[in-house]
Amino acid sequence: MDLGYAPILAQLGDDFFSNREGAAEKCPGNNGLCLGWIADNFSDYMDPFWEHVLLSIVPLAIGFVIATSLALFAHRYRVAQPFFLALVGALFTIPSIAFYLILLNITGRGFGTAVVVLTAYTQVLIYRNVMTGLQEVPAETVDVAHGMGLTRRQIMFRVELPMALPTIFAGLRIAASSTVGIAGFAFFAGAGGLGGEIFSDPAFKGNVVTASVLMILLATALELIVLAVQRLCTPWERAVAS
Amino acid sequence: MSTVFAALGPFGDAIDFIFNQRESQAGTVQVGGLGEIWELTWMHLKLSLAATAIATLVALPIGVWLGHIGKYQFLATSTSNIGRAVPALGLIVFFIAFLGVGFGNVCLALVLLAIPPIITNAYVGIRGVDRETVDAARGNGLTGMQVAGKVELPLALPTIMAGVRIALVSVIATATIAPLANVDTLGRPIVSPNVYGTAGQLAACICVALLTFAADAAMAALQRAVTPRGIKIQAKQSRSRGRRFATPKRSIQST
Repeated sequence: MDLGYAPILAQLGDDFFSNREGAAEKCPGNNGLCLGWIADNFSDYMDPFWEHVLLSIVPLAIGFVIATSLALFAHRYRVAQPFFLALVGALFTIPSIAFYLILLNITGRGFGTAVVVLTAYTQVLIYRNVMTGLQEVPAETVDVAHGMGLTRRQIMFRVELPMALPTIFAGLRIAASSTVGIAGFAFFAGAGGLGGEIFSDPAFKGNVVTASVLMILLATALELIVLAVQRLCTPWERAVAS
Repeated sequence: MSTVFAALGPFGDAIDFIFNQRESQAGTVQVGGLGEIWELTWMHLKLSLAATAIATLVALPIGVWLGHIGKYQFLATSTSNIGRAVPALGLIVFFIAFLGVGFGNVCLALVLLAIPPIITNAYVGIRGVDRETVDAARGNGLTGMQVAGKVELPLALPTIMAGVRIALVSVIATATIAPLANVDTLGRPIVSPNVYGTAGQLAACICVALLTFAADAAMAALQRAVTPRGIKIQAKQSRSRGRRFATPKRSIQST
């Protein structure tokens, strides 16, 4: 099996952090952290950055569809609730690095394996919030809708789901930032991303800081985008607030 | 026995690695076997438990206090938001790059990782205690400290324990990259496949996963054990009325 990072790991040893070649030469002053080097080499981080963007957005989209479907099903058929909760909870408990490497032996290296793992991790975060949002809809509201002659399906899609939207979006925000974080380990599955950059030279501060800050910025940007979509989708929330 | 392992492919090889010693990739040292796996597991557990324990000691009083006075909700929820945005890999490597290697430094990084869920859950748990109960306690003449320690804390314990559980599970998962700081946890075979081979890598993954599930199950049992009887009875009653299932615990809330 070809492990892309094996040559780097081959250097791991007791003196790994004190005796790395290159790190000091790249940026001798300031203990390896200088803005000049970051500015000069910033373009090298763009490819891993876009890989990371894809690694975050694709699992979020797939995970959202699956988790919401599961929650709607469990809301309709309550028998399924404890099973689904146990299932998504167990998925979330698997340690991410182990998950990547175990799946690697089944589905092979690459983007697809990473997406499967990351999608699995979004499940509990989104599912739990969709479920809570649906359950927090006041029983009176549902009764009123029922009394007005709405069918069960209409109640779900026109009353319960819109009212649960703020909680659902909160779950999506949590899922967005944690997916960016867990995608940092996706290089174990051979899917690249900013984590690979961090791991390729963990002793060079300029490298670690640049890649980490990009990850934090990506997480923040995704949360803000979800927040913006939430405001667009729930105009009535603002009407009440003002 | 070995034919069974062979049929399992890479997984069989990995299981064989756990139980039987073999030569390293370079053929210079003996790796694998129950002895070494146990050593790595023990270090992994020691590191994770130490980090989670320190984090609990630091975060729990803060969370309970914030919840008790009921102010600074922004502070309590934003710690978990910030905690989520900071990537675990970046945090650990950052600490190693700036503070150096060693058990203490990597433990400190893991403590920072474990604090946010504990603070948030302590806050949410304390705020979730029925206000009427708290008012009744006040009316009975309990002081602020007594209300916090004898009423709010016991009633919030299930939620608080859920926070510690999340923290422990994520710390065990992240302690896998501790070998970067020369602390030999179960992550050692994972980051050094050139010594341990892919079988060792996969074996360590299986062990980390098993360790996580064991810790999660232990914490779940502890969580049940500390749940006050009143809450258990309440949950049972609302279930038997068939209205709805006990609401799923919202362990992480976001504003």
